[in-house]
Amino acid sequence: MALEINGQSIALDEEGYLENLSDWTPEIATALASGEDVELGDEHWDIINFLREYYEEYQIAPAVRVLTKAVGKRLGKDKGNSKYLYSLFPYGPGKQACKYAGLPKPTGCV
Amino acid sequence: MSKKFMYVNRKAPYGTVYALESLEVVLIAAAFEQDVSLAFIDDGVYQIAKGQDTKGIGMKGFSATYNALGDYDVNKFYVERESLEERGLTEDDLMPIVYEDEDDDWAEKPSVKIVSRAEMAQVLSEQDVTLSF
Repeated sequence: MALEINGQSIALDEEGYLENLSDWTPEIATALASGEDVELGDEHWDIINFLREYYEEYQIAPAVRVLTKAVGKRLGKDKGNSKYLYSLFPYGPGKQACKYAGLPKPTGCV
Repeated sequence: MSKKFMYVNRKAPYGTVYALESLEVVLIAAAFEQDVSLAFIDDGVYQIAKGQDTKGIGMKGFSATYNALGDYDVNKFYVERESLEERGLTEDDLMPIVYEDEDDDWAEKPSVKIVSRAEMAQVLSEQDVTLSF
């Protein structure tokens, strides 16, 4: 699979995740989201940016449980629950947000 | 009911796939909210040594990931003192791995505990499931 953007072809794996994490740009996130009929707003970007920072620090994508806890701590308790995260990323906050953030699927995620 | 899982790590971090495989299994098991401990024995103590740089061998480094384990409620890292001493290492040569204690206002606490060979044997005997890597 590949994503065509600005005349460039970005390699994706069979589930639509970036093959090379270093290819990521915000435009790619927007394009991947619009391919799934999601328009990224500030609240989506909060989560995407958090995931990228987490990956930068720990070299893994966090499990949903960890993401939920960490979001609650950083962005406020009202956002640290799966209802809020699923409202932003209905296909699963781990899977879907990590995809837009250019990260691999979280370890242990099926 | 949660069981006590122990992951015993005896190999150097790179050169074989054991250390990375162990870490991945720990992350997966932790998602099922079991009581997880890690043991670092023999060359396994190098897995959590400071200042690892994998550029020269063209592999992705994963040492930073040990510090994420606290988020998964994995915060019992038992390191065998004799294994450190046999390799000329001390606790200062290990990464400062910490976790945040939810029950203590998120205070940062050390995850690493240096134990003697005899204490390690005791810890291992208390487990329900022991997996060796």
